Amino acid sequence: MKLSLGRRPFCCFLSLYVGLSIYPCSLLAGWTVCAAINESNKMKKANKTVKVGISIAGLALASVMSMSAMAGTTLDNVKKKGFVQCGISDGLPGFSYADTKGNFNGFDVDVCKAVAAAIFGDSSKVKYTQLTAKERFTALQSGEVDLLSRSTTWTSSRDGSMGILFAGVAYYDGQGFLVNKKLGVKSAKELNGATFCIQAGTVTELNLADYFRANGLKFTPISFDTSDESFKALESGRCDVLTSDQSQLYGQRLKLSAPNDYAVLPEVISKEPLTTAVRRGDEEWYSVVRWTQIAMLNAEELGVTSKNVGDLVKNTKSPDVARLLGVEGSLGKDLNLPNDWVVKIVSQVGNYGESFDRNLGEGSDMKIKRGLNALWNQGGLQYGPPVR
Amino acid sequence: MQNISHASYKLSLSDPRFRALLFQVVTVVVVLAIGFYLLHNTQTNLQHRGITSGFDFLERSAGFGIAQHLIPYEEANSYARVFLIGLLNTLLVTFIGIVLATLLGFIIGVARLSPNWMINKLATVYVETFRNIPPLLQILFWYFAVFLTLPGPRGSINIEDMFFISNRGLNMPGASMTDGFWPFVVALVLALLAIVLMVRYANKRFETTGEPFHKFWVGLLLFIGIPGVSTLLFGNPVHWEVPQLEGFNFVGGWALIPELLALTLALTIYTAAFIAEIVRSGIRSVSHGQTEAARSLGLREGPTLRKVIIPQALRVIIPPLTSQYLNLAKNSSLAAGIGYPEMVSLFAGTVLNQTGQAIEVIAITMSVYLAISISISLLMNSYNKRIALIER
Repeated sequence: MKLSLGRRPFCCFLSLYVGLSIYPCSLLAGWTVCAAINESNKMKKANKTVKVGISIAGLALASVMSMSAMAGTTLDNVKKKGFVQCGISDGLPGFSYADTKGNFNGFDVDVCKAVAAAIFGDSSKVKYTQLTAKERFTALQSGEVDLLSRSTTWTSSRDGSMGILFAGVAYYDGQGFLVNKKLGVKSAKELNGATFCIQAGTVTELNLADYFRANGLKFTPISFDTSDESFKALESGRCDVLTSDQSQLYGQRLKLSAPNDYAVLPEVISKEPLTTAVRRGDEEWYSVVRWTQIAMLNAEELGVTSKNVGDLVKNTKSPDVARLLGVEGSLGKDLNLPNDWVVKIVSQVGNYGESFDRNLGEGSDMKIKRGLNALWNQGGLQYGPPVR
Repeated sequence: MQNISHASYKLSLSDPRFRALLFQVVTVVVVLAIGFYLLHNTQTNLQHRGITSGFDFLERSAGFGIAQHLIPYEEANSYARVFLIGLLNTLLVTFIGIVLATLLGFIIGVARLSPNWMINKLATVYVETFRNIPPLLQILFWYFAVFLTLPGPRGSINIEDMFFISNRGLNMPGASMTDGFWPFVVALVLALLAIVLMVRYANKRFETTGEPFHKFWVGLLLFIGIPGVSTLLFGNPVHWEVPQLEGFNFVGGWALIPELLALTLALTIYTAAFIAEIVRSGIRSVSHGQTEAARSLGLREGPTLRKVIIPQALRVIIPPLTSQYLNLAKNSSLAAGIGYPEMVSLFAGTVLNQTGQAIEVIAITMSVYLAISISISLLMNSYNKRIALIER
C-alpha cells in the first residue's frame, strides 16, 4: 500500500510530530492515524466520529507517554533541574509580596529561599508560583510545585485525605475579625446578622460557620477567590466584617486606603498553625523541608545569626553550634545535603527570628509581636528538636 | 481502484473497504485501551499518594455558609446539598439571563433595522460596544464599579418604604402563602385552560369564516377575571412582608444579592448584543418581496412583521440563537470572579478545596454543564423542527 498523504496533511504531520517528539513508539500510532485519515478520505465516507476518535487517541497517547517520564524522588529532581519550585500566596504583605524590582520577599518566601540555600548553597535558586487558596492543593498534588509555603492551616482532613504532608509550623496564628470602626462594634458577639467577606477555600469559611452556629448567631458569607478581592469588597461596604487569619488582617489592613478606619476585634476564634506542606510518599524531601525550618529555629536559639555565622564556623566552642553548623557530626550528609547547609541558610536568609523581624516584626511595617511565635524558652511555642 | 470496489469482499489490505473497517476497529480498540489505562493509572497514583477518591464525600457535612440558596440550607447539611444549591444558582442565572437577553436582543435587533436614524445608530453603538468587551470585564464592571459603589444598607435608596437599593443588593417585599393561596392556584389553572380553549375556538372560527377575534383582550379578561373572583371569595393568596433594617442588614422580604444582579445584568447585556445581530440577519434574510406581497394583500405593518416576516426569519434565527443560549449558560461560570455561589465558585471552588477531591468534583461539574447545554440544545432543536418550513 502506498503511503500517500490525503487532503489533510496538516493533521497527519501534527500527530506524527507529537508522537515522535514524545515517544518513538508512537511512530506506529502516528502512522496508523495518517493511514486511517488518508483511507477515509479516499473512501469519501469520512466519518466524523472516527476522526475525532483518532485525534483523541493521539492526544491521550501523547499524554500517557509524557507521564511515564515522571519518576524519581523530589530531592533528586530538584537537584537535577537546579531550582526549587515553591508555591506561595498571591500577594500577602509580610508573607509573600513582590518588591518594586519584581523580587519576591516575605516570611513564607524565606522558607523557600532557605530550602534552596540548603540544597544548592544559593538562596536565589527558587522559582515561585503564586497560588490562590483554591489552587494550592491541586498544584501540590499534581507536582506543579515541590513545596507549599503559603500560610496553610494544618488540619486533620487535609493531612488525612489530600495526599499531602505538613512539614513544620512556620507561624502560629488564629482567625480574627476586621471591622469598619463606623459600625461601633467592640466584640464579635455583637455581629449577629452581619455579612462577612471571606476568601474561598480556606478553613476560615468553616471556622466562621462553626463559631456562629455555636453562639446561635446568624451571618451571610460572601466568598471571593483572592484575598485582595475580599478586602476590596470590605472597603466598598459589601460586607460589614472581613474575617481571616489575624496576621493577614494586620498585613492587608495596611493596603486599605484608610487603614485607621478599620479595627481588629479582640476575639480569636480558632487555632491556625500555618504550616509548610509537601506531597505524601516522599519522606526524604519531607525531611529536607522539615529540618530546614528546624535549623532556622535552632540557629536562633543558639544565637547563630547571619552576622556571626562566619565567625562561629571557624571558632565556636559550643558542641551544639558545631553540630548545627556541620563542623561536627553528619546531619547534612544524612539528609543528602552538603554538610555546611545550615551555614548557607543562616548566612543568606538568617535565623527564624531574623526572618520574623525583617518581614513581620519590628523591622517591618506590620510590627507584629512574636507572641505564640517566640521561642519556647521565651514564652512562645516555637521549639526546634535537638540536632544530634 | 474503481473496479475493485465492485469485486467481492477480500480479507486483504488491498481492499479499501477492508482497510477502512480494519482502521476503524483498531482505532476503537486503541481508544478503549487508552481510556482504561488512564483510569487505572489515575486510580493507582491516587492510592499511592494517599489521596482519597470516590464519591463518599458527597454525604459528609459541608460546614460552611452560602450567601444565596434557593432551597433551605444549614451549615450541617451535606456536600450533596451544596451541589444542588450550586446547580440551582447556575440555572437561575441561566434562565433569567436567557429570557432577558432574548427580549433585549430582539428589541435591539429590530431597532438596528429601524429607518429612524437616531434609534438605528443607538442600537449600532450598543451592539458594537457590548459585543466587543470581554464578559468577565463587564461582570467586574457592574459589580465593583456599579453595585458596590451604592450606599450601604443604613443609607439605602428607599422607594416607597418597600424597595431598598444598597450595596447589599435589592431588598423587596416577599410573599408568603396564606389560606387563599391554593384556591388562587386552582383559579389560575382554570383561567389558563379557558384561554387555551378560547384560542382554539378563535383560530377555528378564523379559518372557517375569516373573521378575526380579539384573542388578546378576551384572554387578558379571563386571566385577570377568574383569579380575581377567587381573591374576592377566599382572600389574598399571599401575605407581603416588607423588609426592615435590623442591625447590619435588611431582614424579611426577598433580597436579590448584588452578585446575582451584576452577573445577570452583564450576561444579559453581553449576550443581547449577539442576539441582536442574529435577529437582524434573520430579518434581512426574508426577501423584501414578502413585505410587498403582504402589503398588497392589505396587511398593516404590525401583522406583516408578526405573521409574515418573523415566522420566516425565525428559521434563520433559531440555530445561532441556540449557540448564544449555550454561551450564556457557560459564561455564568465567570461568576467565580465576584463570589456568586454558582457551580464553579461553590462546587468546583469551595467544595473542591475543602475535600481535595479534584478529579471527582471537576468530573461532576463538567457533566453538569454538559447536561445543561444538551438540554438547552434539545429544547431549541425541537422548537426549530416545529417552526421549520413544511413543504406542501
